[in-house]
Amino acid sequence: MYDFAYHKPKSVADASAAVKKASEGKLMAGGMTLIPTIKQRLARPSDVVDLGGIGDLKGIKVDASGVTIGAMTKHAEVAASADVAKAIPALAKLAANIGDAQVRNRGTIGGSVANNDPAADYPAALVGLGATVHTNERKIAADDFFKGMFETALKDGEIITAVSFPVAKKAAYMKFPNPASRYAMVGVFVADTAGGARVAVTGAGPGVFRVKDMEAALGKGWSADAVAGIKVPAGGLNNDIHASREYRAHLVTVMAKRAVAAAG
Amino acid sequence: MTMSVAMTVNGKAVSGNVEARTLLVQFLREHLGMTGTHVGCDTSQCGACVVHVDGVSVKACTMLAVQAEGSKVTTIEGLAASPEKLHPMQEAFRENHGLQCGFCTPGMVMSAIDLVKRHNYAVTEEIVRHGLEGNLCRCTGYHNIVKSILAGAQAMKAAGV
Ligand SMILES: Cc1cc2nc3c(=O)[nH]c(=O)nc-3n(C[C@H](O)[C@H](O)[C@H](O)COP(=O)(O)OP(=O)(O)OC[C@H]3O[C@@H](n4cnc5c(N)ncnc54)[C@H](O)[C@@H]3O)c2cc1C
Ligand code: FES
Ligand code: FES
Repeated sequence: MYDFAYHKPKSVADASAAVKKASEGKLMAGGMTLIPTIKQRLARPSDVVDLGGIGDLKGIKVDASGVTIGAMTKHAEVAASADVAKAIPALAKLAANIGDAQVRNRGTIGGSVANNDPAADYPAALVGLGATVHTNERKIAADDFFKGMFETALKDGEIITAVSFPVAKKAAYMKFPNPASRYAMVGVFVADTAGGARVAVTGAGPGVFRVKDMEAALGKGWSADAVAGIKVPAGGLNNDIHASREYRAHLVTVMAKRAVAAAG
Repeated sequence: MTMSVAMTVNGKAVSGNVEARTLLVQFLREHLGMTGTHVGCDTSQCGACVVHVDGVSVKACTMLAVQAEGSKVTTIEGLAASPEKLHPMQEAFRENHGLQCGFCTPGMVMSAIDLVKRHNYAVTEEIVRHGLEGNLCRCTGYHNIVKSILAGAQAMKAAGV
């Protein structure tokens, strides 16, 4: 791992200034992805700007409109929050099944969302619930935020400050974890929201995507049978040593059925 | 970039000059000479490097020393009250043959203590097996590790630690 200059600013404004001033600046949350990436020399930042000293980015707020989670809030905190478990139980459960206990003690929602790993869990919740990503510059709807493999709508140096989730009438997430990494081979988040049924799939393709045919079927009647006959085309899906694209396509329907049944 | 870093390790204030890229596990092993914390994979998979930072278990191979500035760190060396009196979880691993080569053991013990405390001592076999997802053992087949942790949880409760 090459060395870099390290900064630990106390405010979002100072963090933004530090990352913009650097020749090759990188924001760091827990470092759960960034540190391995630097070790592998896939990234070589001149400057690392640690967001860990900014109190404003931490914490969970729950009110009638929904759940707002600060970018630096760890997966373990979301998993253990009684308020989240009450407002959106599917979200607390999703966080409780990310990686392992030590990953959950360091990994953050902001880092997970900014990284947009095609097999990460949170992107499915954001798109499935119709969440909003708040940055130091603007608000971005989840549908417009994720742009395919490791790509997002974030501009260079733009900082996620929080993610807000509207409360759904019901919701559930089912994932088929890769047994080694616990990342999703396929994960499906379903929700009955004020704006209609939403079905978001992670792990299967190059990035999170919605299945409009399933959403339409659930709009007519919420039942596992409604999605049982709906298949996604295998064509654009991931094909690797863990699973073929045909297997992943099959899993999408199976996980969707289970998620709809679990949501009740 | 060389920086000074200060933290509390096993109850003692420590400090040193490190490069920004120095990992917490390197600081512990190479700067402080505390080699109880192991490095197995260096890729946050195996859990041999687990220590507690501010009371929760973390993988010290995937944390910079400077990220632990001002924190309270506990390593495997900090558990036993004295060389004669092991921590109840360490004693349970010994009693239940919870190790063979011992390479994974420091991380297993540190993860186990965090798990037991997080569940307020009320752990079941299922909780323990699920809770060990971040710790790999190449020798034991896990069976005796699970047995050790279930026994260790009872012993911790009885000892009030
Ligand atoms: C062994 C292992 C297993 C895992 N299993 C799973 C799993 O099952 N499911 C899953 O979803 N994830 C999994 N993860 C990922 C993990 O949950 C973390 O969310 C992820 O690694 C990001 O870590 P972090 O929050 O520390 O961000 P970092 O690694 O610090 O940052 C990641 C990226 O996001 C950028 N960034 C961070 N914060 C912000 C911000 N506020 N604004 C803008 N950009 C930002 C950084 O610049 C960097 O590019 C796993 C990770 C490991 C190591
Ligand atoms: S050495 Fe840290 S997890 Fe393997
Ligand atoms: S006892 Fe040898 S790796 Fe676990």
